[in-house]
Amino acid sequence: MSSWLDHLVIAPIIIPLFAALMMMLIGEQRRPLKAAIGLVSTLLLLAVAITLLVLAAGSDPDAASSARVYRLGDWPAIFAIVLVLDRLAALMVLLSSLLGFAALIFALARWHRAGTHFHPLLQLQIMGLNGAFLTGDIFNLFVFFEVMLAASYGLALHGSGIARVRAGLHYITINLVTSFLILIGASVVYGIAGTLNMADLAIHIGSVPPGDRSLLEAGLAVLGIAFLVKAAIWPLGFWLPPTYAAASPPSAAIISILSKVGIYAIIRLWLLLFSPDAMESSGFGGTWLLYSGLATILFGSIAIMATQSLSRLAGACVFISSGTLLAAVSAGQVEVTGGALFYLATSVLAIAALYLLIDLIERGRVLGADVLAVTREAYGESDLDEDLDEEAMVGVAIPATMAILGLSFAACALLLAGLPPLSGFLGKFAILSPLLNGGDGVISFTGWGLLAALTISGIATIIATSRAGVEAFWASPPETVPQVSIVEIAPIFLLLGLCIAITILAGPTLQYMEATAHYLHLPQDYTHGVFPPTIRAGGG
Amino acid sequence: MEAIVSIGIGILTGAGVWLLLRPRTFQVIIGLSLISYAVNLFIFSTGGLRTGAAPVLLSGGVGDLAQHTDPLPQALVLTAIVIGFATTALFLVVLLAARGFTGTDHVDGREPKQ
Repeated sequence: MSSWLDHLVIAPIIIPLFAALMMMLIGEQRRPLKAAIGLVSTLLLLAVAITLLVLAAGSDPDAASSARVYRLGDWPAIFAIVLVLDRLAALMVLLSSLLGFAALIFALARWHRAGTHFHPLLQLQIMGLNGAFLTGDIFNLFVFFEVMLAASYGLALHGSGIARVRAGLHYITINLVTSFLILIGASVVYGIAGTLNMADLAIHIGSVPPGDRSLLEAGLAVLGIAFLVKAAIWPLGFWLPPTYAAASPPSAAIISILSKVGIYAIIRLWLLLFSPDAMESSGFGGTWLLYSGLATILFGSIAIMATQSLSRLAGACVFISSGTLLAAVSAGQVEVTGGALFYLATSVLAIAALYLLIDLIERGRVLGADVLAVTREAYGESDLDEDLDEEAMVGVAIPATMAILGLSFAACALLLAGLPPLSGFLGKFAILSPLLNGGDGVISFTGWGLLAALTISGIATIIATSRAGVEAFWASPPETVPQVSIVEIAPIFLLLGLCIAITILAGPTLQYMEATAHYLHLPQDYTHGVFPPTIRAGGG
Repeated sequence: MEAIVSIGIGILTGAGVWLLLRPRTFQVIIGLSLISYAVNLFIFSTGGLRTGAAPVLLSGGVGDLAQHTDPLPQALVLTAIVIGFATTALFLVVLLAARGFTGTDHVDGREPKQ
């Protein structure tokens, strides 16, 4: 706790919190000031996130620990709530900061005027996300989940209207019940293991007496089910498409990373707790993760073929990417996990870009033109944002709008379907290649299952996106070309540009992901980071 | 003691889940409240249940850690109560908004076809 670099670990939580507090003191009328605070905060966050990523990546991989631990109040780790910065946490913090920045810029054009308190809600959303990624304590994870969800309720309802309130009611109910599941799981774990610190739990899980072991596993399974609901895994994810489709585009872009928080929690806890060190518990529930992941991919493929509106298509893409990640992680192989993390970064950026893009594509069209008249009523579409269109544009309109939108849509489709030359293909390839080139030439069931599921989902995605793209750009182009300002297209370019950068710099990026995966598969690194061996021997 | 508490938690949870599955938003929010009480009692009980124990110190005796129940679940339950209360209040607002927008208290926002 000496240099300021050590304190930087908590900055991704502190900065948006203070920004939100300052914004709430300012009246709703002074929106430019709020936007300025938001911009400063998100830019600062980006800088901090990049610094943290460099810190996490720069630490010597051969050292005993490559995790930076921030003990709140400087209490010994066993009492303190710890924040742990490792490669995975740094990566996720960077992704959430990027999405927050993109959503803020996009909202500045007009969406932040659709309702009150957009800016503080966005900051609190980023704070909750960053907290969930950084914390090393299960109960603290629950608290940050709640911060994140409370903000997401507000963002999902931003702009109000009947469709949003109707979808929001279901979303809030499901998430409240899920929060109770997290509480039940956490209290069972505490009752048996006597600790909620993830590292402490990982150390002691191997030595839990046999009588208590099944109860501890049951508690962790309840916790896992809660995370699977957040990750929108079949059959627990039916809430996702209507909620995200109804949410305003910048809100949908930022809350689309919420499903990946569930995946993050599974990656973190499953690899940490059920490593080979866990003795009999090692690999607990792995087959369940694999099968539910595969089922989710198939469900997402059917959903994407069946969907008629663009925003529901994006929801189906979230299903497919969550399922792919879950199934890939459950393989329990270092290289596969590395590929999955690469895919995670790509899909988070691409889905957020797609949600923003859909708003621009739909703008020029008759609302719900792509939804058959029969189903329009069932989808609860209504002209809720009509008043917004009347307002003045912000910024300069861009030329060749339809061409730019069309190219961006094609890039999103290639990324999400996993076709070359963009990084979506590299991610899927990095997942499949180690599975299919197993040591003894025998391809495991996981390998075949994932190969089939990824191929089917890729074909389904490309069929559905090309159908939607043909419909939107060629078959029934908008009568009036939509006015799109630079402020709105810039964040989409930012997100897609990052995907292209990942593609070009695939070598170093994949190296980082592989190093992260190596680290994740060796829980000693994490536990030694939180409980340095010397201190444990001396102070207990 | 354990039997009474566990039966109580079970009844609360059962009633809560049943209400949660009902079609009216008011039933859902009462169901959520009942489940949250059950969960709070459950967290509280993981600290261990004892009857006739001193709240802080036995009179005249010296403090002994073995005399105390684990205080951490009590801290957890306080946090859980606060968060549960806040989110339930938020849900209530959305419930009222949905009632105002749709003109019905059905969870789907429209009355089922008879």
